Amino acid sequence: MPKLTINDQEIEVAPGTSILQAAEQLGIEIPRFCYHDRLSVPANCRMCLVELEGAPKPVASCAMAAGDNMIIRTDSDKVKRARQGVMEMLLINHPLDCPICDQGGECDLQDQAMAYGYDRSRYAENKRAVKDKNLGPLIKTIMTRCINCTRCVRFGEEVAGVTELGQLNRGEDAEIGTFIEQAVTTELSGNMIDICPVGALTSKPYAFTARPWELRKTESIDVHDGLGCNIRVDSRGSEVMRILPRLNEEINEEWIDDRTRFAYDGLKKKRLDRPYIRDTKTKKLVEAGWEEAFTYAADKLRTFKGSNMAAFAGDMCSTEEVIALKDLMHALGSDNLDCRVDGEQFDLSEKAGYVFNSTIAGIDEADAILLVGVNPRQEAAILNARIRRNWLDRRIPVGNIGPEMDLTYPVSQIGTTPKDLENLLGQKDGFAHKLRGAEKPMIIIGAGAFAREDGPAIQALARRAAETFGMIKEDWNGYNVLHMAANRIGALEVEFISKEGFNPAQMGIVYLLNVDTPYVLEHIHPEAFVIYQGHHGDAGAKRADIIFPGAAYTEKHGIYMNTEGRPQMAKKAIDAPGEAREDWKILRALSAYCNKPLRYDDLFQVRERIVNEYPQFDLMDEIAVGSWGDFGSEGKLLDEDFQPRYESFYQTNVITRASTTMRECVEQLEEKEERVLEAAE
Amino acid sequence: MKNWINSFLLVEIVKGMALTLKYMFFMPRVTINYPYEKGPISPRFRGEHALRRYPNGEERCIACKLCEAICPALAITIEAEPREDGSRRTTRYDIDMTKCIYCGLCAEACPVDAIVEGPNFEFSTETREELYYNKDKLLANGDRWEAQIAANLLADAPYR
Repeated sequence: MPKLTINDQEIEVAPGTSILQAAEQLGIEIPRFCYHDRLSVPANCRMCLVELEGAPKPVASCAMAAGDNMIIRTDSDKVKRARQGVMEMLLINHPLDCPICDQGGECDLQDQAMAYGYDRSRYAENKRAVKDKNLGPLIKTIMTRCINCTRCVRFGEEVAGVTELGQLNRGEDAEIGTFIEQAVTTELSGNMIDICPVGALTSKPYAFTARPWELRKTESIDVHDGLGCNIRVDSRGSEVMRILPRLNEEINEEWIDDRTRFAYDGLKKKRLDRPYIRDTKTKKLVEAGWEEAFTYAADKLRTFKGSNMAAFAGDMCSTEEVIALKDLMHALGSDNLDCRVDGEQFDLSEKAGYVFNSTIAGIDEADAILLVGVNPRQEAAILNARIRRNWLDRRIPVGNIGPEMDLTYPVSQIGTTPKDLENLLGQKDGFAHKLRGAEKPMIIIGAGAFAREDGPAIQALARRAAETFGMIKEDWNGYNVLHMAANRIGALEVEFISKEGFNPAQMGIVYLLNVDTPYVLEHIHPEAFVIYQGHHGDAGAKRADIIFPGAAYTEKHGIYMNTEGRPQMAKKAIDAPGEAREDWKILRALSAYCNKPLRYDDLFQVRERIVNEYPQFDLMDEIAVGSWGDFGSEGKLLDEDFQPRYESFYQTNVITRASTTMRECVEQLEEKEERVLEAAE
Repeated sequence: MKNWINSFLLVEIVKGMALTLKYMFFMPRVTINYPYEKGPISPRFRGEHALRRYPNGEERCIACKLCEAICPALAITIEAEPREDGSRRTTRYDIDMTKCIYCGLCAEACPVDAIVEGPNFEFSTETREELYYNKDKLLANGDRWEAQIAANLLADAPYR
């Protein structure tokens, strides 16, 4: 363990720690541009120079490993002058356009020029100009501002797995670009905007719309996939201006995918901002008041028997509204509830049977991964980045049973049907051999793989696979189900599910809480009376007889339980548009019109209600460990291929479908494919 | 005794009247016939706001929002987005003149000398609503006062 002295403070660090990291442990700040915690170290900006006793010149602290008996100074005159020199050098070619730069106010270069720079310039020659690149509909480039730190290039290579960006030319002509002009196609591209220390890469949809100092920052949880990425919602007035990641080492580290980051413009379009009632004669939806809509809905609910009504809770519902709907349905005498709106069928007897048991951080430990009926790049891009990092570090084998796909790392294609998984169990060589030899093997099944008739049988088969390949050990559970819905586990945990099961086609009245999935809409009876509560005018609203306008995830307080079974709390950033209200409040109000008032009147009482019955929601961010058991039911496996779950990464739910940015992304991808095909011809 | 004589002979009143009569007949006139005549104002005078343009007609404001940020009375509201040619421009630039305290910090903060406080101080209105200035009004002010604003800025430039 090397022991060194930095500014007269002694510290002992782990071997291989750089001087910069050692200083950070002591709380000493060293300015840097190219160095980033999660990327490799190129040491090309030279901003982190420190004085090392005995060395003739200042050394780059990010690249120099801490050695025994080193004596470092970061506050000497020599260091100060070195930093001023580097700063002056970097600013030679940097334009003075901070007032029109979107990074202004949150710019590393701006801040560090203030803190460590020289207060005037001696450079009188012309500054260089670099042509801007077209990197697609998400990233705006102003390449003249680039200081060639290469963070974006390294991010592309090391995290996102795209090698489209690179550094071209040398010296004065050095610039970042794509070798052929083309859009960057990675679903993590937005993170390049975050890591860019200057304003060279900025967000296109956010361009020029706001300044960082005028935004209200709210900590929230993402609902576009099942991971529950931690996000920060930046809003101004009643508008979400942008969405940024929040650090959470257990889940998303400091990245979020483009769907999470850029779909927010979908929150402003196609919104339901007032109640609607379908006119019985003209069959058209007519605007209505809350009073009218509630009375109508309560009358309708009263005319049906409990056994004749059902309720579905969609992918983006928070636990509060799910429990409110459940309590309302129970009060009305119905237990016909379901939250698996994609038609997933699996056994619920053991929690371990349908959650991500290894935890997302556990992927870092896995040394062989089998993917079944899942496209992690589409369904959870952040998780895919973790698998990729593990592959980069240790070249772990990854196998796939399902449709072939490009995951940014090599995957051995084993088969496409559940039968192929069954066959794999008996094999001794090939990928089966790798799985058997692994210390911590892992299977990841997409929840979409259960969305077929033989779902429970596939679940049982996956359990057998986990047991056969030694994935279940005392300190390791390698059986994982990857959900796409933000709060599917939460809804299951509060038992929003009918015990006996029911046939949706026999229901006279159906309550859809944010449900727009074709599975449910196809299965309910065409004559059934539909009450839809949600935030977007999509498929569900089209089918509805009454529409209650609800709040989107940025507009309500909520607890979401991610695919690991980790409850996380999201805070409300802005008010819902128009007359829309927080969903649990709508249900509470409706219950009063039905003369079955729910027993809670504010958010705290709702949460108390949840925690009293389901203590697993008491400890935020903690995962309650489930027991292993015989879940799933053995049955006949269909000889059908696993189907891809979504056509496009960018169009997966009502918010993304309403978003212009996401549509542009889809168009750009299609364009690119055409161009590649043309080039191939 | 001396005081008593002074007050008895009204010496102070005579002195005062002498000064008055001196200014009435022998000194240059101070009172001006406003609004037909106006007093001189400093080039630094902080009057009514104006948004300036470049000589080629392009508006100067680049929507950096520094004036909005520094305004101690929170009188300025700005919204911006990329213009068709991709440049950064305001879509809304409002000053609530009833809130404004005429401190001149907005003009001080402006990196392109777009928002200035011009020499005009005669902009009283009959209603409050007329004092909620928008971008059109401010640009029109700029066009009207440009010659004098430019001269004032030039005159003040050596001291900055």
